[in-house]
Amino acid sequence: MASGPVILEMKSITKLFPGVRALDEVSMTVRAGEIHAICGENGAGKSTLMKVLSGVYPHGTYTGDIVYQGKVVEFKDINASEAAGIVIIHQELALIPELSITENIFLGNEVRGRFGIDWGEARKRATELLARVGLRESPDEIVKNIGVGKQQLVEIAKALSKDVRLLILDEPTAALNEGDSEHLLDLLRGLRAKGMTSIMISHKLKEIEEIADSITIIRDGKSVETLDVALGGVDEDRIIRGMVGRSLESRFPDHTPKIGEPFFHVKDWTVEHPLIPGRLVCKKSEFFVRRGEIVGFAGIMGAGRTELARSLFGRSYGRYLAGTIEINGKEVHLGTVQHAIDKGIAYVPEDRKALGLNLLDTIEDTVVAAGLHKISKLSVIDPTAAHVAAEGYRKALNIRTPSVTQGVAKLSGGNQQKVLLGKWMFPEPDLLILDEPTRGIDVGAKYEIYGLIQRLADEGKGVIVISSELPELLGLADRIYTIFEGSITGVIDRGDATQETLMRLMTGTTSATAG
Amino acid sequence: MKAAFKQLLGGGIRQFGMVIALLALLGYFQWSTGGKVLTPTNAQNIINGNSYILILAIGMVLVIIAGHIDLSVGSVAAVVGISVALSIKDWGIPWWLGVLLGLGVGMAIGVWQGTWVAYVGIPGFIATLAGMLIFRGMNQEIGNNLSVPVPKEIQKLGAGYLPEWGPTSTNMNNSTLLLGILAIVLVVWSAFRKVAKSRRLGLEDMLPAAVYMRAAVLSVVIAYLTWLFGSGKPGTSFPISGCILLVLMIIYTFVANRTIIGRHVYAVGGNRSAAALSGVNIKHVNFLVMANMSVLAAVAGIVFVGRSTSSGPGDGTGWELDAIAAVFIGGAAVSGGVGTVVGSVIGGLVMAVLNNGLALNGVGSGKTQMIKGLVLLLAVAFDVYNKVQGRPSIFGLLFKGKSRRAAELVSEAGQEEVAEVPVAAGETAGRG
Repeated sequence: MASGPVILEMKSITKLFPGVRALDEVSMTVRAGEIHAICGENGAGKSTLMKVLSGVYPHGTYTGDIVYQGKVVEFKDINASEAAGIVIIHQELALIPELSITENIFLGNEVRGRFGIDWGEARKRATELLARVGLRESPDEIVKNIGVGKQQLVEIAKALSKDVRLLILDEPTAALNEGDSEHLLDLLRGLRAKGMTSIMISHKLKEIEEIADSITIIRDGKSVETLDVALGGVDEDRIIRGMVGRSLESRFPDHTPKIGEPFFHVKDWTVEHPLIPGRLVCKKSEFFVRRGEIVGFAGIMGAGRTELARSLFGRSYGRYLAGTIEINGKEVHLGTVQHAIDKGIAYVPEDRKALGLNLLDTIEDTVVAAGLHKISKLSVIDPTAAHVAAEGYRKALNIRTPSVTQGVAKLSGGNQQKVLLGKWMFPEPDLLILDEPTRGIDVGAKYEIYGLIQRLADEGKGVIVISSELPELLGLADRIYTIFEGSITGVIDRGDATQETLMRLMTGTTSATAG
Repeated sequence: MKAAFKQLLGGGIRQFGMVIALLALLGYFQWSTGGKVLTPTNAQNIINGNSYILILAIGMVLVIIAGHIDLSVGSVAAVVGISVALSIKDWGIPWWLGVLLGLGVGMAIGVWQGTWVAYVGIPGFIATLAGMLIFRGMNQEIGNNLSVPVPKEIQKLGAGYLPEWGPTSTNMNNSTLLLGILAIVLVVWSAFRKVAKSRRLGLEDMLPAAVYMRAAVLSVVIAYLTWLFGSGKPGTSFPISGCILLVLMIIYTFVANRTIIGRHVYAVGGNRSAAALSGVNIKHVNFLVMANMSVLAAVAGIVFVGRSTSSGPGDGTGWELDAIAAVFIGGAAVSGGVGTVVGSVIGGLVMAVLNNGLALNGVGSGKTQMIKGLVLLLAVAFDVYNKVQGRPSIFGLLFKGKSRRAAELVSEAGQEEVAEVPVAAGETAGRG
């Protein structure tokens, strides 16, 4: 299969974001009629590469060449790439739930009749497309009434309606159950048999092993290697080795943990998705944290790490079904975020700009935002106290700014992260949950953040670090829990953990629990 | 020098721009009318004729900061006005009890609207559009579409002046004089306090000279206003409705800046999700801003019936639009999270002076409305433009050459654009 003519060649693609080199000279070659998988850890640059290919990042915002069907192409937007037959199906489905299947398939690409839209013709074509993707639903069915698996098929039908020659699927099975996933993979095989070329991003290595003809592995924004499955010798272990790659560098400050007694216990924690009834995002999760301990939570994106953390933090995510939280041996009920803060819990969200900061605020306003009662009497705030607190954190956390009265929007990512950490240190919590604390910040700032996390632990606090970067967890955490599809699949002490064992537990490859 | 200049503005460049605009307008009209604008009588008229809108603007800015809108304020003011007038006339209760009753009606309406917006989750636009109809109708039902007069104590609230007392040798209204002196003392004292505090804390980025300079400028302005309002014909002074407005401005500026609930209002408007994850009770905040708006609408309604000597079925028509316009001209962001009480009052004064000056120039009401509409549109267009660019204000641009910081902002905004705008654009395209 992998011997067809080259349909797509991406040459030395480099994409810069302010302060981050998202893609660094990435190259890949896709042959016509194959299924080409892209593997890599979260944040390795897979989605960025696909956005470059599909024109989401238009020509001119990256360097390097895209050669498609023998010609250098310069897509200025996603419409240009679609016109060339490249269609991307994003992880987040782009369907309008209130519209019918037919309406969704032809949205933005309506079948024109003599007077407006020719719905008869559209319906007929939709029926044919649904037959092609093997979806037995009426074309008039409203999309929100069919399951996620079928919605995924509607997306593919929509792509087929656009005369697609290169289909890109970003984590197509992430939200699907096993049966739906199997059906989708069969469909992809069927399309391949008819000559379709597909690029698929997936974290599910088993699927990739099953279906891919060749695999490009990306690590830290660089293309590491391309594996040809037909040549043999490619299995999950081989892929993991490629993804994990280089050994740990000394990117972490030296630290001798001073671990005390367990003080935070979670038992039987079960939470339902806020919108999809019956879908559990946490399944009977049990774990504990000791004083002075840094506990890592590893899992692929969407495994339920953030969902677990936020459901613990005052039930700020999902619908609580069952489970208990004990702090210092006493069961507590954390019904609101304020309760959680009062009981000494802090949650630093992964998405700084969307969930962590009010970008309109100054540094000093931000730092005190989660602990206003600490600097106020009878609800009247003492601005001097806020200023003093902010100045304290500016020095302690080495926040680089000319003044704490400056807006947080103007800080670099690393400094914003420090301000956010300061904001959650200010209420003096006993347990800090840090969700991806080093996402999108440079190496130097990472080192400082690691030092801070260790200092917090040395003060006797428990720290939970959620991270997609396994080297980070291995370098930082004293103990690591792995999460897969909402379940805690294992816990490993730092000494026993390797990236391979973690990756296996994280991808549900083995059910054996270590530690 | 640059730093001193910047500090002279007190940080709020947008507000400073509004002050400049206000001064420019006053100057222009003063010139074009041959000095009819800045006379004691005209100044008193401007305050008396607009204080109820400015009171509404104080409540509206909080609503808008929190990310909502309130279209019902005119109707609420009207229903409160008729309640006050009728309860005093028919039930014979004393005027102050009538005022309390009016505030109680406002509070009850506030609870009603706050509940729909905060706890049921109806968007403010819809809940208050319904309220606009409901309370307008209620006003007409209660009052039988008739005008009902109010006693002269209430008339004083809307059109009265501070009392005359003491020596006449000052050639001024002594109440106004006293008020002006107190204000200047306060300004100077707080400037000294601010400098002393910054010395104590060792803040390097604060220039005492700028603070004193600002206090001096402010004192001169207050002195002038004192003279302007106090030197009118005997019996007139700074209006009582203006005093009510000033007291409310001080209280609400304090609440917005210095209290937990005030900070929470900004937090909810600035980033709802972040506020929720910081322990802010968002429903509570939404309820309070909506309820508070209706209470202030009640105050405005009472002041207005005082000024017009009676409550009628058409009172308050279109006020919501004037109040909203004042808030946006005064620098509030359409998307919430930004705005100040003082800015909104200044925004309201810009509209008021525009009205007044155009009328004195003999410009017809048609043209006046067109001009006011354009002013609103341009003010918000600047805001939107700056939002897209990530800049705080068009007035920042005016000082681009002079202020290094503004220039930095522009370049930072440029970088940001590369990273974020294409993503958003692409996502939209992907969905379409």
